Amino acid sequence: MPVSAEAIPVPECRPGQPQRARWCRAPVVFALAVAGLVGATAIGCGGDGGPELTVLAASSLQAPLTAYGQSMPGLEVRESFGGSDLLAAQIRQGAGADVYAAAETALPNRLFREGLVRRPRAFASNRLAIAVPAGSTIGGLSDLARPGGSVLLGDEGVPIGEYADWVLARLPSAEREAILANVGSREPEASSITAKLVQGAADAGIVYRTDVRTAGGSLEAVSIPGRLQPAIAYAAAVVKGAARPALARRYVDGLIGGEGAVQLRRAGFLPPDR
Amino acid sequence: MSLGSWFGRVAFLALGLTLLFLTLPTVAIFTDTSPGRLLDALGEPVVLDALWLSLKTTVIAVVVIVAVGTPAAYLVARREFRGRSVTLTLIELPLVMPPAVAGIALLAAFGPHGIFGPWINDAGIELVLQTAGVVVALIFVAAPFYLRQAVAAFASLDRGRLEASRTLGAGPFRTFVRIAIPEARPGLSSGLALAWGRALGEFGATLMFAGSLQGVTQTAPLAIFSRFSDPDGFTAALAISAVLIAVAALILLSVKLFGADRALDRTGP
Repeated sequence: MPVSAEAIPVPECRPGQPQRARWCRAPVVFALAVAGLVGATAIGCGGDGGPELTVLAASSLQAPLTAYGQSMPGLEVRESFGGSDLLAAQIRQGAGADVYAAAETALPNRLFREGLVRRPRAFASNRLAIAVPAGSTIGGLSDLARPGGSVLLGDEGVPIGEYADWVLARLPSAEREAILANVGSREPEASSITAKLVQGAADAGIVYRTDVRTAGGSLEAVSIPGRLQPAIAYAAAVVKGAARPALARRYVDGLIGGEGAVQLRRAGFLPPDR
Repeated sequence: MSLGSWFGRVAFLALGLTLLFLTLPTVAIFTDTSPGRLLDALGEPVVLDALWLSLKTTVIAVVVIVAVGTPAAYLVARREFRGRSVTLTLIELPLVMPPAVAGIALLAAFGPHGIFGPWINDAGIELVLQTAGVVVALIFVAAPFYLRQAVAAFASLDRGRLEASRTLGAGPFRTFVRIAIPEARPGLSSGLALAWGRALGEFGATLMFAGSLQGVTQTAPLAIFSRFSDPDGFTAALAISAVLIAVAALILLSVKLFGADRALDRTGP
């Protein structure tokens, strides 16, 4: 059966019609062309034409790694920040990245065993803290158990959430249950915990010490005792099949003992535990 | 346009590509994992809680949208008044607003530090990190989809029938309920479907304004995101996605069936 579109009353620009009808479509065509061009440019090339490096990094590394990326001469570093687990999932689904920098070691090690990245190397460590709005009366973990309070934790499966669960698991069970009853949300990353605290959405959240610093003066860090601190190691790995493996390795080297390390210390990260 | 011409063949090819591109990812949701594992994952508490919460919050949101939006759209559509086009623009604005912007906007308005935050707090209402906050976010992003369609549907009503109803002694409310709503039904139901679909898929504004807690604020899209990022949760994420697709298809289909007869009447001679 012949397919026919003639029955559908769509105004068309036919040669016989007045010019006005034809012009009515010109802006649409023009807008589409511009959108297409912009899209093609954005996808195709990365700006000044230098070699590019794509880094998938944990959200908590945003400030130091952005500064580090900008300090690399002649290299266009494109960072994508997110939860370490989400980034791992992206690598597993074949995201074309060069470096994976995670807020823990288990995920990169798992990717290494799966043959998706080269051997991960520890490049920094961190501590947990309770983030509270400035002027809060919360002075320690036990205050999070106060009835009616609202506490933000990282999501299960996200490092900052797993670390928080690790801490809670070491508290007396009554205190742990009281804190869990106060949990208002399990957030996909540490930065969304601090953002909500700044907005006054909750009373406290368990985040990395460095996140509190990033949030500026509106949040304060309440410390968590050393015996309740998990070992938080940051590990980075070159992704297998990276477009520029040599550059990627140089980038990871810099995280351990170069400009990257300098920026990490400046942001409050500690050297990797030996 | 016949298929014999070169353009006919190009158009045919274009349609084929379009269909392929739009259906492949949907099919992949159902075929990526075995149906058995998909069904098993559906029994997980996280999955059930998320689907139940999504059903609950979207139904409440859609009911509020239809209850308040229908008379509002009727007024905008049937009355000439100063600022009518400004009103229309304001109604449609959230439509083109990125979800993250909607989340920020809601926090700035109704968050604890927002403009109306203290006032809402004094009234004893809690929105942020609460199920009520999810509903507020859903209404904000989904309402324009219904309102837009409803205004268009009411605006295209035949003036004569409405006036006849009035001359026969029916009051404005009776005319609205007995004539306007039944006549505008196809447009209203397609608006309802669009709004419901948008509400079911809402992610960004919900996460920013209401947070993500299983059983309280973690709707299906948030659970998909949460499960997706867990290395062992991909199947659960697929299972929720599969249900959402089925529900979306059901909504589309029921609206087509519910609104179709009227739509045909309208285009008839």
